[in-house]
Amino acid sequence: MGAVVGTLTLQTSRRRPSRDNLDDDLELSVVCHRPEGLEQLEAQTNFSKKELQVLYRGFKNECPSGAVNEETFKQIYSQFFPHGDASTYAHYLFNSFDSSQNGSIKFEDFVTALSILLRGTTTEKLEWTFNLYDINRDGYINKEEMTNIVKAIYDMMGRFTYPALKTDTPKQHVDAFFQKMDKNRDGVVTLDEFILSCQEDENIMRSLQLFENVI
Amino acid sequence: MAAGVATWLPFARAAAVGWLPLAKKTMPKPPVDKKSRNDEILFVNVSGLRFQTWKNTLDRYPDTLLGSSEKEFFYNEDTQEYFFDRDPEMFRHILNFYRTGKLHYPRQECIQAFDEELAFYGIVPDIIGDCCMEEYRDRKKENQERLAEDTEAENATDTPLPPHSTSRERLWRAFENPHTSTMALVFYYVTGFFIAVSVIANVVETVPCRPPKGSKKDLPCGEKYTLAFFCMDTACVLIFTFEYLMRLFAAPSRCKFMRSVMSVIDVVAIMPYYIGLVMPENEDVSGAFVTLRVFRVFRIFKFSRHSQGLRILGYTLKSCASELGFLLFSLTMAIIIFATVMFYAEKGTKGTNFTSIPASFWYTIVTMTTLGYGDMVPNTIAGKIFGSICSLSGVLVIALPVPVIVSNFSRIYHQNQRADKMRAQQKVRLARIRLAKKGTTNAFLQYKEEGGFQGRGSDNALCLKNRSSFEHQHHHLLHCLEKTTNHEFTDELTFSEMCMTESVGYRTSRSTSISSQQGVATSCCPRRAKRRAIRLANSTVSVSRGSVQELDTLQVHKTSAGPQSRSSLNARTEDLKLNCEDRDFTAAIISIPTPPANTPDESLPPSPAIPGILRNSRPTSFTHETVKISSL
Repeated sequence: MGAVVGTLTLQTSRRRPSRDNLDDDLELSVVCHRPEGLEQLEAQTNFSKKELQVLYRGFKNECPSGAVNEETFKQIYSQFFPHGDASTYAHYLFNSFDSSQNGSIKFEDFVTALSILLRGTTTEKLEWTFNLYDINRDGYINKEEMTNIVKAIYDMMGRFTYPALKTDTPKQHVDAFFQKMDKNRDGVVTLDEFILSCQEDENIMRSLQLFENVI
Repeated sequence: MAAGVATWLPFARAAAVGWLPLAKKTMPKPPVDKKSRNDEILFVNVSGLRFQTWKNTLDRYPDTLLGSSEKEFFYNEDTQEYFFDRDPEMFRHILNFYRTGKLHYPRQECIQAFDEELAFYGIVPDIIGDCCMEEYRDRKKENQERLAEDTEAENATDTPLPPHSTSRERLWRAFENPHTSTMALVFYYVTGFFIAVSVIANVVETVPCRPPKGSKKDLPCGEKYTLAFFCMDTACVLIFTFEYLMRLFAAPSRCKFMRSVMSVIDVVAIMPYYIGLVMPENEDVSGAFVTLRVFRVFRIFKFSRHSQGLRILGYTLKSCASELGFLLFSLTMAIIIFATVMFYAEKGTKGTNFTSIPASFWYTIVTMTTLGYGDMVPNTIAGKIFGSICSLSGVLVIALPVPVIVSNFSRIYHQNQRADKMRAQQKVRLARIRLAKKGTTNAFLQYKEEGGFQGRGSDNALCLKNRSSFEHQHHHLLHCLEKTTNHEFTDELTFSEMCMTESVGYRTSRSTSISSQQGVATSCCPRRAKRRAIRLANSTVSVSRGSVQELDTLQVHKTSAGPQSRSSLNARTEDLKLNCEDRDFTAAIISIPTPPANTPDESLPPSPAIPGILRNSRPTSFTHETVKISSL
């Protein structure tokens, strides 16, 4: 008899949390975000009307509610890198896209970032990259932040690489980076140092031009 | 990768800018995208219903018809749209797949129609969304079962025996379909009778008979009339052994036959007898032998060859294997739990029946199935409480999987009923179809009779009946075929008449007689070839052997000068033999001017009087054409 009563209570207690989740989902889907007008976006970004239309249609198709949350973003990004674990890097990427830091990327954020990355000037692109590396948004990149970023990137490679990944590869990479970027050897990289060092590097400059016509 | 993710690809590529400062080497060049980046609206006209969609939407799935360049084949320049002559209702679902990335199965549509549409548009059915996947799978399984039954029904009954089957094939057919011949039916009933006799003998043998004089004890009949029972058993086993050996001999695939369930049952049914014969009269061993006799009861399963219902039951059990397994598993779990509980509850009682947990299994089973023999009862209060819980839960555990099994059985049973009804209906249907086909057959022959080909003049026009343009074209086609093969279509009567006159008159042989003389000829003209010839020329005659082989003849020589000669039915034995050696068969009708390397050297005596004489020409003559009609 006790067992019967026990099983019955188990049922009721389990039901409550699921109902909460259901309510949460309902809330998210009910709240629909609409972007600003087409003209405004056109003025703010470097895209033409038609390009914005194409982008929005794709975006709306994927996210009918008008916003992407971090989980979905991680899932999407991980699909492009099936060999390794892209979730950490996706997390950093998400934060850099989410300008208002409210946990969801709206279409404006999406399009603004794309505009910078594809149609922006070199300085804008480098600025964006700096913001990506600067995890805590304090204006400085220190070794720890850089190590995190580099580790996240290497995580995306997965286990099976040639030559095999060694444990101190990220650290070496970070050291090389700081060697190049940190001009005054104070252990942190500021925005100006970053931009200056990148502009001196021909490889980086050339590569920045390559991603013009992704859209 | 999901197409939806493809939308994000440009975004991911743009985000790669973030790696640039870290990169040790230069980035590779991106692929050049020649496609125009402007999105445009495409018009898709499906049987009059116009759909419009963005080009991007269709491009999401490049390995389907609409997403690849294959759709250009359907582009109509005049109306600037893609036209598909397919079901517009179904197309809605197909297009929704492109739009949402999820394929849904419309429940009101026929599963086969849906599958065909998917196949046409190049969409794999496996991507049906989870919401509709179960329904789709269930319907598909049902449909396949139905189709399998139909084909089985077709193959099983009433197809005419292939003419050149060996005795072995005929024997196998007789075994599988007893209704085909009287002998088979007789054998079927005889075996059934002997199965019944054997089973009854096994049963009666254990009934106590009156003891013989001078003994008080009751004896089972088996021991009183040992000789009689032994003779009966021997007779039955002999029949069963004979039947088994015949089946083994006739089976097309012996290994498969030996592994089949029925053959195993047969073997198990007759084994105890033979083992008993071989076994010595040893006291210890004969005890084991007695237990072997229990396998004789398996003979009753041989009845499943005779009873359709039994087969259905067996099939149901097989198809519900998972539910049965679940039932068994849950029962076992419950039995173990309750047996343990009862054992420990009754442990204290003196002289209790619950001596061990396995001993409590019996109590649990009897209680859960609500049998309640009462040979073991709990005495303690706790034992009684748990005993009552046990009986209550027993009802539940057994009642749960049973409806699933019952519904499966009912579905299969109804399908079988339907199959029987359909078989009866199909006979009528086929008869009607055959009648209609004969109509078209005769139309062409009639057309020829009325001199449709020769007399195109106005005077003959009156004779010609009114025919549609379709018929005109069809007849023209058949006429072309005739000209190609240098054979003509005829009907059964004319043909049989011809055969009579030929066999009497000339030293010729028809292909049929050839077949009896040489196996080579038959192998050259397999049954498949005949069927294909029938299908090829729709208005050919009914399936009589000789007439069909008319079209099957391998070589026809036609001189440019000689009159139209009919089939090489009247080819000589040697001619056809030589022809048969020529092994390059092709599936189409070819008319090729080849040097007649295989021409036989002799030529038949010309006889224009009787049609159908093969004319051969010298190898040097190159004016004739060699026409090969053959099929693989």
